[in-house]
Amino acid sequence: MDFSPIFENYPLYLDGLVTTVKLVGMSLIIGFGLAVPLAVLRTSSNPLVNGPVWAFTYFFRGTPLLVQMFLIYYGLGQLQFMIDLSQRHDFLKDAYWYALLAFTLNTGAYTTEIIRGAIMGTPYGEIEAARACGMSKLQTYRRIILPSAFRRALPAYSNEVIFMLHGSAIASVITIVDLTGAARIVNSRYFTPYEAFISAAVLYLCLTFLIVGGFRRLERHWFAHLRPREETTGRRKVGQAA
Amino acid sequence: MKKLISAVFVAALAIGTTLGAAQADTKEWTKVRIGVEGAYPPFSEVTPDGKLIGFDIDIANALCEEMKVECELITQDWDGIIPALNARKYDAIIASMSITDERREKVDFTIKYYNTPAKFVRKKGSGIEITEEGLKGKVVGVQRATIHDMFISEVYGGVAEVKRYGSQDEAYLDMVAGRVDLLLADSVALDGGFLQTDAGKDYEFVGPDFNDPKHFGEGAGIALRKGEADLLQMFNTAIEAIRANGTYKAIQDKYFGFDVYGS
Repeated sequence: MDFSPIFENYPLYLDGLVTTVKLVGMSLIIGFGLAVPLAVLRTSSNPLVNGPVWAFTYFFRGTPLLVQMFLIYYGLGQLQFMIDLSQRHDFLKDAYWYALLAFTLNTGAYTTEIIRGAIMGTPYGEIEAARACGMSKLQTYRRIILPSAFRRALPAYSNEVIFMLHGSAIASVITIVDLTGAARIVNSRYFTPYEAFISAAVLYLCLTFLIVGGFRRLERHWFAHLRPREETTGRRKVGQAA
Repeated sequence: MKKLISAVFVAALAIGTTLGAAQADTKEWTKVRIGVEGAYPPFSEVTPDGKLIGFDIDIANALCEEMKVECELITQDWDGIIPALNARKYDAIIASMSITDERREKVDFTIKYYNTPAKFVRKKGSGIEITEEGLKGKVVGVQRATIHDMFISEVYGGVAEVKRYGSQDEAYLDMVAGRVDLLLADSVALDGGFLQTDAGKDYEFVGPDFNDPKHFGEGAGIALRKGEADLLQMFNTAIEAIRANGTYKAIQDKYFGFDVYGS
């Protein structure tokens, strides 16, 4: 067991960590932005609206992320107009954007279905109440349906975030030096697979720990109304009333 | 006292086991498992119907015949090819592996079985020159953890951007897609695996032959686990034998039509 190559190459791991966080963070943000309107469309009863979104989520949930990334990176790279285009725009040569596109579409598809499920689960009484108050459809979505759907979607979505973090490891196969990519370089240069990958694993664990902690805080905040009222606050309220 | 005795006993047992293992290594070799890459034309590739072909493969088979042992070829990605050897997934690597000091720390090498220089490839008409100035800001594609990766990272790492691929085939794909400006690899592999193919017709060699032993080693050898002295001896004798009896030349002529053994 020799961890010295890891310590010597810690900038490589740090850069990899930053790349992973950036890649996953950006794809999650854009993917979520994509998923909210798509989820609303997906709940439509009109097949012309619902159908295309269904096809999109079906494809991206029904195929492996690795295959999607190969399709987008090597598949697009085969097309003549993409070759011409990447001669004119340097950023198209960078593997990073292809990975970002693949991850965004993938997490977008999963998140769409998560939110759709949550929207479908809205108690009908809430919608009826909103209508009775005279809210328009848009107002109903904005004030009633979406906030309560996000709440219900939160536990499933936190899983999606963690899966996305783990899924991002495959970015390393298209030359991106993310956390896994850094480990692969160190492994193949020093032939120390155990040390190289356990170090990456520990860093992934730290990231997962932060994500889980973040979601727990969010859940405490959003589900505050569902928690049993704490004794002390209850007593103080009585005291204040008196 | 009891503790001391048991400690001595455990120590003796441990020594006994290592001795036993060492003895197991000096077994009679009747079957040798050989790790090959299978993604490095024309040295090692898999045909559409799943058969392994190439210079490395033919050399492996010729050596086994010479050593009078049964051979099993096992394909393994380049990244894990040395760890898998040390994990005893196979007993030897015949995969155009250059003999370098870094690798010598983990494995033993036979004498070389070929030695060809490294070269850059550029797109025809791109006008890129192989100088510090010419490489500035250019993207160079190499296979990860090869001598070419080490060389470019060490010598031009500050000027050029290095893009590392798991296999040479993937680097060719990205060259054609216009995502890398230059490739650096073994000249014979580049020629047979890329320039001579349909995909490589718009590309050409540029710059000098690179073959200084400091970066590029002493040629490609067969890698074995450390301490397998008898197998090493068998391979060395076999390499010299097929060099002498014309088998080597027959295989070489089948693929290249020029001398790949080098001086």
